Amino acid sequence: MRVVRRLNTLRRDWLSWIPTVWLGVFFLIPFLVVLKISLSEATIAMPPYLPIFEWIEGSLLEIRLDFGNYLFLIDDPLYGAAYVESVRIALTATIITLLIGYPMAYVIATAREPRRTLLLLLVILPFWTSFLLRVYAWIAILKTNGLLNGLLMSLGVISEPLVILQTDVAVYIGIAYTYLPFMVLPLYASLSKLDRTLLEAAEDLGATPWISFLTVTLPLTLPGVVAGSLLVFVPAIGEFVIPALLGGNDTLMIGKVLWNEFFANRDWPIASAVAIMMLFVIVGPLMWLNRMNAQHEEANS
Amino acid sequence: MSSNPSMVKKWLDPEAKPFLEFRGVTKSFDGIPAVRDVNLAIYQNELFCLLGGSGSGKTTLLRILAGFESPTEGSVWIDGVDITNVPAYERPVNMMFQSYALFPHMSVFDNVAYGLKRDGLPKSEIAVRVSELLELVRLSAFANRKPDQLSGGQRQRVALARALAKRPKVLLLDEPLGALDKNLREDTQLELIKIQESLGMTFIVVTHDQEEAMTLATRIGVMDEGYLVQTDEPHTIYEYPNSAYVADFIGDINLFECVVTDNEAGELSLYASQLDTAIELDGPVTGAVNQTLWYAVRPEKMRLTRDPSDAVNALKGVVHEIAYLGDFSVYWVDLDCGPRVRVSRPNISRLDDFAEAWGEEVWITWDGSAGVVLSQ
Repeated sequence: MRVVRRLNTLRRDWLSWIPTVWLGVFFLIPFLVVLKISLSEATIAMPPYLPIFEWIEGSLLEIRLDFGNYLFLIDDPLYGAAYVESVRIALTATIITLLIGYPMAYVIATAREPRRTLLLLLVILPFWTSFLLRVYAWIAILKTNGLLNGLLMSLGVISEPLVILQTDVAVYIGIAYTYLPFMVLPLYASLSKLDRTLLEAAEDLGATPWISFLTVTLPLTLPGVVAGSLLVFVPAIGEFVIPALLGGNDTLMIGKVLWNEFFANRDWPIASAVAIMMLFVIVGPLMWLNRMNAQHEEANS
Repeated sequence: MSSNPSMVKKWLDPEAKPFLEFRGVTKSFDGIPAVRDVNLAIYQNELFCLLGGSGSGKTTLLRILAGFESPTEGSVWIDGVDITNVPAYERPVNMMFQSYALFPHMSVFDNVAYGLKRDGLPKSEIAVRVSELLELVRLSAFANRKPDQLSGGQRQRVALARALAKRPKVLLLDEPLGALDKNLREDTQLELIKIQESLGMTFIVVTHDQEEAMTLATRIGVMDEGYLVQTDEPHTIYEYPNSAYVADFIGDINLFECVVTDNEAGELSLYASQLDTAIELDGPVTGAVNQTLWYAVRPEKMRLTRDPSDAVNALKGVVHEIAYLGDFSVYWVDLDCGPRVRVSRPNISRLDDFAEAWGEEVWITWDGSAGVVLSQ
């Protein structure tokens, strides 16, 4: 018995090592490399930064940490503005995605088989095409003489073409479109778990469909709302392709700033510092939400 | 149990107005009928039980009344108002669900208060009403608990309190005691009757448990394959079933095929071909000569004896099996003429002289009034 139990713990340990090793190799080590670069000094060379650790006269180790990159980020209002803009745009896009995704997930969860499987498939289907192509397609739809304006004008809804491309609205559309499946799937999972008799009970006790949605369905699918929103919000903050292709020149998102620092200015230390700061901007709210969730669970048990 | 001695049997009064009515209600799912042409009138203060096996349509009928299903044909009336097209949230009925359907994210208090909040009652009044209800179901100490912190019996009582909260005209209970163990069940049955009497509500209970139906009901409606096959008081259902199905479903019964041999001045003579004997009957039965009928006798109305000399009906057989059940024993007797019958015998004394009668030759006797004749 004891041997078996030991073997089991061993196997469990072994299994838990796989994600640990994975995270170590593909997240922790790159993170440390970026952290190192962010603390070094820029120079015109290859690679374009000075080493942090240096042996002087064979026995003296010199460690030079340059916090100037971070101070520069705080000093220059551009970066702060870019962070705030990124969070604002990501948040707005997440709310829009939620407002579109919730009804979609609801319809799918209440559909009968085989329609349900078909609808789910349709949600995932766009992934079969390249992400870049799909974003390019939106340019053709949204531009001044594009499909959308052509349709609206021929229907007589508008007389002047709408300027959507190269505005924040185009970025919202791009993010909402691209990340919709990440919102729909967790919502679908929690909606399909919902016990339908609870809704009947609410209705029986005098709740109109809208009230029973607000008092029963929504609170019970909140975990799905949180999970879906995080899956959209977190990658949207660092999004580069969508604001670069659909946004205007004045659309200031941290992903774009990072790209500029890295490729246009070739300032790797600043770019790394931007990346590290971005990580904290994302990790901060995540940890807070996690703690809220844990407290919620605790209060429930 | 005719639960309320003061209750007038309104269903016997042709002048009485029914409180709740199903008129020709049929419900089909994808063309398959679940409820077929049900006509049923239920009176105020009744505790009516819908009894049937699984798939008999009893739950569908209840859901039609609650408003979760709309009938394919027919109409539903409460207090003289056609409510067929009234949505569930506007009906003056409340339901206690089989699974209880308590809101898992709300406390016991909030669960019970849910319906009252929908009515827009002031907070102070809700608090008073909820604490009254929790007292009624003896759960005052649990007001702040969540449903998953309660036992099965406690959840059942929360569900009852929640369904009673709005003081509905009709309370629907779907297998209310199904998940409880036997002792708790019996206590709760009596408690339900008490609550129903004190609140003066009309209860409609769906159950598959005939004992439960017999205990609770003022009247029982037996359902089979979507049809309401018999509606009567428990005593009538048991003693005068109107079909072989009902006779067999409620309690145990011995059924024999018979042929009418003579019908003189309304006095039937029956011949049971299976038993190869004429059956002596007390009381009037209608039937035409040569018609095939069923003769049914309950096991407890048959007697086991070794001396059949003064019996009206008597048949000889051999004891095949004995089941000792404590309060009574069941004997399966193979009759000499073929069929096997079931006879039950109360264990009045501790040393019953038939206790070990396996393989023994015995006589089965019964009175002329013991059996019923069924035409279907």
